[in-house]
Amino acid sequence: MSDTSQTSSWSYASAPENTDHIVLKEQYDLFINGEFIKPDSKKYFKSINPATGEVIASISEANKKDVDLAVASARKAFTSWSKIEPKERAKYIFRIARMIQERAKEFAIIESIDGGKPIRESRDVDIPLAASHFFYYAGWADKLEYAFPNKNPKPLGVAGQIIPWNFPLLMAAWKIAPAIACGNTVVLKPAETTSLTALKLAEVIQESGLPKGVVNIVTGAGKTGSEIVNHPDLDKIAFTGSTQVGKLIQNSIVGTQKKSTLELGGKGANIIFEDAAIDQAVEGIINAIFFNQGHVCCAGSRLFVQESVAEIVIDKLKDRMSSLIVGDPLDKNTDIGAINSKEQLDTINKYIKVGREEGGEIYQPTCNLPSNGNWCPPTLFLNVSQSHTIVQEEIFGPVLAIQTFRTIDEVIEKANNTPFGLSAGVWTEKGAKIFKLTQELNAGVVWANTYNKFDSTSPFGGYKESGFGREGGLHGLIAYLNVE
Amino acid sequence: MERLDVLKTYKIFIGGKFPRTESGRYFKVEDNNGKLLANMCLSSRKDFRNAVVEARKAQKSWQSASALNKGQILYRVAEMLEGRKSQFIAELMMTGLSKQKAKEEVEQSIDRLIYYAGWSDKFQQIFSSVNPVASHHFNFSVLEPMGVVSVISSNESALLGLVSTIVPIIVGGNTCIVLSSENNPMVSISFAEVLNTSDLPHGVVNILTGKRKELIHHFASHMDVNAVSYCGEHDEEIQELEKVSVENLKRVRINRGTNWNEDKSQSPYYIERFQETKTIWHPNEV
Repeated sequence: MSDTSQTSSWSYASAPENTDHIVLKEQYDLFINGEFIKPDSKKYFKSINPATGEVIASISEANKKDVDLAVASARKAFTSWSKIEPKERAKYIFRIARMIQERAKEFAIIESIDGGKPIRESRDVDIPLAASHFFYYAGWADKLEYAFPNKNPKPLGVAGQIIPWNFPLLMAAWKIAPAIACGNTVVLKPAETTSLTALKLAEVIQESGLPKGVVNIVTGAGKTGSEIVNHPDLDKIAFTGSTQVGKLIQNSIVGTQKKSTLELGGKGANIIFEDAAIDQAVEGIINAIFFNQGHVCCAGSRLFVQESVAEIVIDKLKDRMSSLIVGDPLDKNTDIGAINSKEQLDTINKYIKVGREEGGEIYQPTCNLPSNGNWCPPTLFLNVSQSHTIVQEEIFGPVLAIQTFRTIDEVIEKANNTPFGLSAGVWTEKGAKIFKLTQELNAGVVWANTYNKFDSTSPFGGYKESGFGREGGLHGLIAYLNVE
Repeated sequence: MERLDVLKTYKIFIGGKFPRTESGRYFKVEDNNGKLLANMCLSSRKDFRNAVVEARKAQKSWQSASALNKGQILYRVAEMLEGRKSQFIAELMMTGLSKQKAKEEVEQSIDRLIYYAGWSDKFQQIFSSVNPVASHHFNFSVLEPMGVVSVISSNESALLGLVSTIVPIIVGGNTCIVLSSENNPMVSISFAEVLNTSDLPHGVVNILTGKRKELIHHFASHMDVNAVSYCGEHDEEIQELEKVSVENLKRVRINRGTNWNEDKSQSPYYIERFQETKTIWHPNEV
């Protein structure tokens, strides 16, 4: 085992991002029909900075009447939006992409303040990908007949979209961009702990001159979400979140004409063979599980190491974990930011407790965690097997469960033995092995010698209980179209 | 003395064998004059579960059979059906189809088999993509079969409906368990005999006869079934199917009022409906 004390001799001077130019309102209203309006409920809830526990702003809680109004304005807007010339539709969406790029830094900082993710990730991953998603789908608006030849693609109508808190702006982009490019209008609800960048996006949308009512953003928690799901005048529900809630949603739209796409949970297997480039693989494993504090549906949370290299891989992992910097999300050196909410921290801690109780051997490096806010050190578990709770269930935090294997067939069997099927990773320098594994792993996304990569052109989505439908790429269009 | 006809015993088709239903139950099929045509197996939940085991066992190797091989096997099925055309026409006529209609149904079924046999090594190229990602990676998306599919086959179109539903499912590498037409189940078991003499691996197609009312719930609730295909317009059945499918998020595909005689009732999209998209990334920078 490596000596963690040596890391204390290395320290980085803090490099906090400057927040002076960030302007946030004290109170945010709902974005309906192109205007910011006060909620009928008259209720507001607080958005908390998870790194400090401080209140950042008050956010409206939309009730049934508010959702009704949003859906009605989207319905009204659909009539004209679905009929304007597709090339004009494209230009509006290109414009939104550009405006996000112009304000990228502002979006990145707010994303980190509101959600707790390291600024390096908001700056280099979330915001650029969100902008490129709008840019990508903008271009599809006037080319849809080439995506579905002889199928006469037509928009569905009004889509209700519910997104999670792990990639707030990016998920909003994944939902809104393809929907409006295909000529639909939307009512989007961000997660209650991370509404701010969606509301900033509403400002951009307002400034872009997008026709009123094409995009409506209502804020609130689960109750608001269920008002959307159960609204009779929606044609489509798109949801990203837990498998449990996904099933509830699917259940409640049975017998209606609503279409759905669900992007749900995962328990990604990350497989490292003895012939892998070990140092690269270790870096990849770290990125697979600790990226965004492990708040990633496709996180590589189950590591399978071939027995012959298990010792060296685990040593190197522990060593690397001890050099990860946990702390201020706004510091450019930070590797692991704040856990998104107190509630989520409790969930993660519950799983860590269960992991210990079931006999798992835990390792956590010594870190100086800030006294306020929600924090969890990077964590790994050894001595666990397929039957352990922390191997089976999605934790959605920086907790890695490690198992070893001997043969290819054994590891394929173990990797696939889960109700989920979202993602997997393979590390080996042998080409044939890569192709065998990528073919046989039951997952919608397989990363070989890399992990947690995303792109607007690349379809993303799961097999089995990780949901259905794809987001990104040509394949992401069909979720928002009727074809003959 | 006049020669006594030998009547055919219709059983069910599971894992390449023709067992009787384990339940020991039967239901009668009669012609328009009320004359008994056959005592069909009234399949049970247990029969269905046995069939799922066989379908699952067969799935992986069927999926990895080459596209060329799968295409040739389906072509072979067409050849076998062509050779037994008169038997199928006679069987359809027994249950009330005119000679002309029966002939059309059998011929269209053969042609549909050929149509999908030809798609076997082509559909992947229509739906796959290389995705031009902005980072230094080679990234592509391919289709893969969903796995095991349960099929509630067309009631009205006993042979053509059956062929049109299951062939696009299996050509894509899935295996299936089918509940045949309730009104006219005999032809489905004769079709099983065709399949069984066509080099189709055991378990790829399993065919049960019986009652929708009894079996639909199990077809949709089984946790080792990945998708369900339904033919019909019965709202309550569809709702039930959708509801119980949620438990393991089965993919539900409804063929509502599809007229299988039409040309538009065949297309590669019928194959794609039972495929998942898998996306693969690899760095391309040294």
